[in-house]
Amino acid sequence: MEPKVINQTLSKAAQSGRWKYGQHSYFCQKQGSGNNWAYGYSVHGPKHEESVMNLVQKEVEKCDSLSGFFIIMSMAGGTGSGLGAFVTQSLQDQYSNSLRMNQIIWPYGTGEVIVQNYNSILTLSHLYRSSDALLVHENDAAHKICAKLMNIKQISFSDINQVLAHQLGSVFQPTYSTEGSFHYRRNPLGDLMESLVPHPEFKMLGVRNIPQMSESSLAYSTFTWTGLLKHLRQMLISNAKMEEGIDWQVQPHFSGHPTLGKMSLNKELHFNTSIANLVILRGKDVHSADLGGFKDPALYTSWLDPVNAFSVWKTQRAFCKYEKSAALVSNSQFLVKPLDMIVGKAWSMFASKAYIHQYTKFGVEEEDFLDSFTLLEQVIASYCNL
Amino acid sequence: MEEGVVNEILQGPLRDVFDSKQLITDISGSGNNWAVGHKVFGSRYQEQIVEKLRKAAEHCDCLQCFFIIHSMGGGTGSGLGTFLLKVLEDEFPEVYRFVTSIYPSSEDDVITSPYNIILAMKELSEHADCVLPIDNQSLFDIISKINLMVNSGKLGSVVKPNSLVTSSAGALKKRQEKPFDAMNNIVANLLLNLTSSARFEGSLNMDLNEISMNLVPFPQLHYLVSSLTPLYTLADVHIPPRRLDQMFSDAFSKDHQLIRADPKHSLYLACALMVRGNVQLSDLRRNIERLKPSLQFVSWNQEGWKTSLCAVPPVGHSHSLLALANNTCVKPTFIELRERFMRLYKKKAHLHHYLRVEGMEESCFTQALSSLSTLIEEYDQLDATKSMPMPDVPRLSIAV
Repeated sequence: MEPKVINQTLSKAAQSGRWKYGQHSYFCQKQGSGNNWAYGYSVHGPKHEESVMNLVQKEVEKCDSLSGFFIIMSMAGGTGSGLGAFVTQSLQDQYSNSLRMNQIIWPYGTGEVIVQNYNSILTLSHLYRSSDALLVHENDAAHKICAKLMNIKQISFSDINQVLAHQLGSVFQPTYSTEGSFHYRRNPLGDLMESLVPHPEFKMLGVRNIPQMSESSLAYSTFTWTGLLKHLRQMLISNAKMEEGIDWQVQPHFSGHPTLGKMSLNKELHFNTSIANLVILRGKDVHSADLGGFKDPALYTSWLDPVNAFSVWKTQRAFCKYEKSAALVSNSQFLVKPLDMIVGKAWSMFASKAYIHQYTKFGVEEEDFLDSFTLLEQVIASYCNL
Repeated sequence: MEEGVVNEILQGPLRDVFDSKQLITDISGSGNNWAVGHKVFGSRYQEQIVEKLRKAAEHCDCLQCFFIIHSMGGGTGSGLGTFLLKVLEDEFPEVYRFVTSIYPSSEDDVITSPYNIILAMKELSEHADCVLPIDNQSLFDIISKINLMVNSGKLGSVVKPNSLVTSSAGALKKRQEKPFDAMNNIVANLLLNLTSSARFEGSLNMDLNEISMNLVPFPQLHYLVSSLTPLYTLADVHIPPRRLDQMFSDAFSKDHQLIRADPKHSLYLACALMVRGNVQLSDLRRNIERLKPSLQFVSWNQEGWKTSLCAVPPVGHSHSLLALANNTCVKPTFIELRERFMRLYKKKAHLHHYLRVEGMEESCFTQALSSLSTLIEEYDQLDATKSMPMPDVPRLSIAV
């Protein structure tokens, strides 16, 4: 929102020489939202709705066929979260037939902004109503990937952004549309949502990549599809955020009984049940990769067959410099724990009424908070009962 | 206010900073009398003040906040200064009001300062958004520490003269350093660091409205303890990471606070770290993790950190840190002020100077006293929760 931030972003993109933002494809105001969700949503939102929607319309008109909107925002601040939630809602009103996927940045657990928990729960509850899918990236996870896998000593935000961009690229780069064909998929966003979000109650998606390492280590590594997929599967069921430190003890229940497989948040060896998974393979000999491990019904809930729950996209083209790479987009219990933590912290802050006056000043009342809490507790409960 | 004082500023090196159209003077000052400053000068100059404020505000594209810098012990600074707060609140209700208040040291030459301070504090509690109290005594201690360092001539440690937080490096003209200059420079650096993220680029921006949003959990409790580090940079070019970590540790030690307070042993409600210069995100996070166990945070704000990174360091340093904390360690200061007030008030000493002014009554004193007592009580309540284990607030339960 603030001019110097926008200017920095535009000039950085233009400097790269490969692409840049359009001359008028930005919107800025002198003053940000002061980390206040209520300010972003109730003040900036209505005031600038027309200008922002006009800019969107210009871009939409340039498209031959609009598959949907991909909205990138953070949850901790005021503009990204508040104005982002408002814009998503406006898009829902104005373009009700197209899909909306929001990529949200989950803030650091140790805090970037003191009221980040309030901003996050308000954002999540509003997005749950107006967005079709939420692709979540956690700052903590990206930070660990930079530190452990990429071996970066002094991590800056551009390193973290690099990891996130890599993950997004590995998902959204073109892939073949059907098994054995050589035509590329026309509508990745739509296909992704079709396979991964079968039920509107379950919208939270996580991304995992393999392999991920610094360029210097790349020269010394070789990969096999079996190895990569084995690791990726274990990352899925043990809820690991990255390749290192995977817990191999966690295994699916062999009885496959859904009632026995209920997850409780306090269990040590909890098993990550999925609703739906999408694996994307890129690289040499991709057709020889064996994905049987992912089709095991024990990984999934009882009300969806693995045939419907699991899909795979492939392409021969390698991604970045990795000869073979795999990405997993998963609608599973990945995010229950972080969500539970944020709701817990926000609730204890709410119980002592701290900072509430900053929100009521701009029209977000205590009832709105309570509504958000109720909705999110419902989501947590639904995911836990998979 | 007094013409003599204003004229001296206009002849000094900073004369170009002040627009002569924006000065208001009177023949005599307030005589160290809060009532004269607040009631007499307030009503006399209200229109003029509002007029000049409006003119200045119209030049702004986007007015974010007002900075009010004043002393609490005298008459004009505390009386007229706090009157200004009310005017700003009425005329510009959406603009934040940041107040930097200088509290006198205990060896203070103004006898009636306790009255002035308590009367002013009531106004601050009600009309300011954020107050940064600064203590003359602490400033003095910091200067002594620096002088000790400079003069001790430790082997291998040569202090870069420009890097002293008290130096007026960057000032246009060299002139003879007067005794209060060093102390004023510290406060100037504080304000510069506070606004640096709003003025310069950085990887993690922080505007001024975010300060109030994050650090003020309850409207009354808006007193922030500040600390600036480092105080000086050694001329040694190689800065090992230990120095960087040392900067973070120093920010929480009681020697670096700009008010007599010990935040480490009191309860933190919230804390903001504003870093300038060549510091990366990972350094910041590492230091937060390192320092967290030694600090006590209130139960509902266990990770109450607000961080900002600005790319441009201050003059003469490669990096610096300003820590703002909303901490119950201001309570002892307030209690002491109340004591000093009671000592005079019980004997009704010097009271007639105040009551003589039109509009001033004894009830003003009692109201001010009770407002301060309420404030102290609120801090007390929070302190009481310090040693208690975190209460388990039952969450909403959903029928499945």
